[in-house]
Amino acid sequence: MFKSIKIRAAVTILLCLAAFVYLAPSLTSDLPETWKRYLPTDRIHLGLDLQGGMHLVLEVETAKAVESTLERTVNDLKEGLMENRVRFKLHERTKEKNPTFEFPDTASREAFEKILKNQYPDLEVASSQTVEGKGLASLKIKDKRAAEIKKMAVEQSLETIRNRVDQFGISEPEIIPQGVDRIIVQLPGVKDPARAKNLIGRTALLEFKLVDDEHSLDEALKGNVPEGSVVANESRMDRTSGRRSEIPLLLKARTLMTGEALESAKVQIGDRFGEPHVSLKFNAQGARDFDRITSENVKKRLAIVLDGVIHSAPVIQERISGGQAQITGSFTMEEATDLAIVLRAGALPAPVVILEERTVGPSLGQDSIDKGTLASIISGILILLFMIFYYRLSGMIVDVALAMNMLLLLGIMVAFKATLTLPGIAGIALTIGMAVDANVLINERIREELRLGKTPRAAIDAGYAKAFLTIFDSNVTTLVAALFLFGFGTGPVKGFAVTLTIGIVVSMFTAVFVTRIIYDHFIWNRKIERISI
Amino acid sequence: MEIIKTETHYNFVRMMKPAVILSLAVIIIGIGSLIWHGGPNFGIDFAGGTLIQIKFQKETPADKIRDAFKSIGFEGSIIQDFGPKEVIVRTAESGTDAKGLTSSVEEALGAAFGKGAYEVRRVEMVGPKVGRDLTRKAILAIIFSWIGILVYVGVRFEFRYALGGIVALVHDILITITFLSLFNKEFDLNIVAALLAIIGYSINDTIVIFDRIRENARKNIRQSLDEVINASVNQTLSRTILTSLTVIIVLFVLFFFGGAVIHDFTFALLVGTFAGVYSTVFIASPIVLMFEKIKPTGLKRKK
Repeated sequence: MFKSIKIRAAVTILLCLAAFVYLAPSLTSDLPETWKRYLPTDRIHLGLDLQGGMHLVLEVETAKAVESTLERTVNDLKEGLMENRVRFKLHERTKEKNPTFEFPDTASREAFEKILKNQYPDLEVASSQTVEGKGLASLKIKDKRAAEIKKMAVEQSLETIRNRVDQFGISEPEIIPQGVDRIIVQLPGVKDPARAKNLIGRTALLEFKLVDDEHSLDEALKGNVPEGSVVANESRMDRTSGRRSEIPLLLKARTLMTGEALESAKVQIGDRFGEPHVSLKFNAQGARDFDRITSENVKKRLAIVLDGVIHSAPVIQERISGGQAQITGSFTMEEATDLAIVLRAGALPAPVVILEERTVGPSLGQDSIDKGTLASIISGILILLFMIFYYRLSGMIVDVALAMNMLLLLGIMVAFKATLTLPGIAGIALTIGMAVDANVLINERIREELRLGKTPRAAIDAGYAKAFLTIFDSNVTTLVAALFLFGFGTGPVKGFAVTLTIGIVVSMFTAVFVTRIIYDHFIWNRKIERISI
Repeated sequence: MEIIKTETHYNFVRMMKPAVILSLAVIIIGIGSLIWHGGPNFGIDFAGGTLIQIKFQKETPADKIRDAFKSIGFEGSIIQDFGPKEVIVRTAESGTDAKGLTSSVEEALGAAFGKGAYEVRRVEMVGPKVGRDLTRKAILAIIFSWIGILVYVGVRFEFRYALGGIVALVHDILITITFLSLFNKEFDLNIVAALLAIIGYSINDTIVIFDRIRENARKNIRQSLDEVINASVNQTLSRTILTSLTVIIVLFVLFFFGGAVIHDFTFALLVGTFAGVYSTVFIASPIVLMFEKIKPTGLKRKK
């Protein structure tokens, strides 16, 4: 490539300097001020298995988002039909069946078709039939619209989860979409995994519903739930025993308001018991709605329902027009804080389920770092000694190459922000072993050439030339395997592929390019007669 | 220093038949072992389930831990020692709700041993859906890496070399799986990574010999391929042994000092490295030779 030893040596030294500059911040924390100002200060990025943390794969149940849109739109349609005095009967959606409208005559059927077509472009008739003179029409969301809803549900979930995590206060979280409906959440160094999981995974759908006082709860519990009502449980905590109990209540099914009407939510400490509660502030529209609802329902009980569980159901004493409300219900401080966070960040458009979780405690991570470092150092020293023992002075050249290999490998990892994982450390140790290979190939070739009686200079020329092709072919095939490993791997395994790939490339450079400079220097400038190999 | 004195003349070609028989025998034992164990011992990565690593302050017998888990319906869980005062608990269940298994495990442990008597150091939960995905991806990764290597070697050398290389790789994977099954090691993502690393390492080794065969075949057109292969394996023998030795030194160090988390990973790599060296010398070249016998190439050689 370059003939001049000086140029080649300069290239090598520059590369090593650059690698050192990138690596230095990872080695020491007290760098001089000028360094911090002008040079990179990023440390080597450790995977979750080394620094501790949580890795979650969530799946957004997008089908549920479509279902709830369908339910809402059908409810609107129902009210629209009533306003237009269309006669109908609605069979609510069940697991297997779409919501179905039943019409006694063709006139109402036609009126329905018209309203549907003009006002509800998202809905379409999935199937229709006539049974005993009555027309039946079951509805569904149009496929194109359903796909949009699903896509939006994922995007919105991503955004909401990002907000929640940001407010929870975790440094450098990673929240990225994967595939069609999955979200990967990575929380390095999270201290309370259970709490974080609860915060991320809950839907946080806040609803305000009236308590149904007109019908009997006992009847409903027997299974005769009156139309337009639902049974929900109220979760209560006994102050003295700290035990939670669930008390059923009959609620009107209609949701009067949701968490969307909120402007903010924050934790406050109550005056009487010093207990934390969450105070809500509605936005302008929400404040107007709340004002109307409270004025229309004085002396009735308004239930505050979160994800289907009643938190409290206070009696509306008077009209509330300030746009403020409170959720009380015997929280711990932590629970109240988390509730405020999820309410501020908003509800998830659809429930999420955790498909995969990997949590590593910080102490295990540190253990792994210690053991991995120890193993790398021991194997490094063993190989350095072995090379000197086997190849004598040429072995020292190999050792220089190996040391440079380490420096460049780690420097490149910092520079490219690659992640070091535990299998990655194994990959580094293995790279040391494999980097030796290229040097061994060259040295064995040189020995062969020397045995044929060539001069040192000719032997080195021929040795490098012949070994190069072999090194190239064998390393490229290994690279092929490493690339597939990278494509397949998640987390730690990917880390292994990364170190292996960088290691292979760097080892080719040090073995072929760097060691040659040293040999050439001795042969051209010092004119040595014999190689110690 | 030299491990192999200059110019060895072992007749590797003659040893190939017994070597192939030996390999087949080991692989058959492996298949037997797989059948005996009812298939590979899939870890939670592929089978789905939950793994919890717990470190106790003092020695805690497995029975006590099992008793503690009874209250949350974990009777079927497997409890394994994992270093001093440390255990791994595995169950087939995978809680997918937000609260999930972890909190109930914490509760059960807290009730039985008191808070602070233990530390949950690692939790891994893989749902069945993800397990299926990962299995598919793992198989695809291995097969595609074979195809990738087949194509590259086919282009750079000749097709029969590529085939010899691939057979050697399949051989290495089968031998590694055999030993994993014999020692009843668990198959997880790390093992797949190890298998792919073995593929990478073994092909590297094989290519070095192929390269020599190619070089010698060009140089000595009059020689029979048997002789060329023999000479080539002999010429590269010291390199083969030396490189393998360094890799094996590293692996042994990792095995003994690298910690329990990567123990099985390095075990697989160790087996695979031995298999890789062995197959390079005894499996890859005979396949090339076999193809030569079936379908001689255009190069004029004395039969």
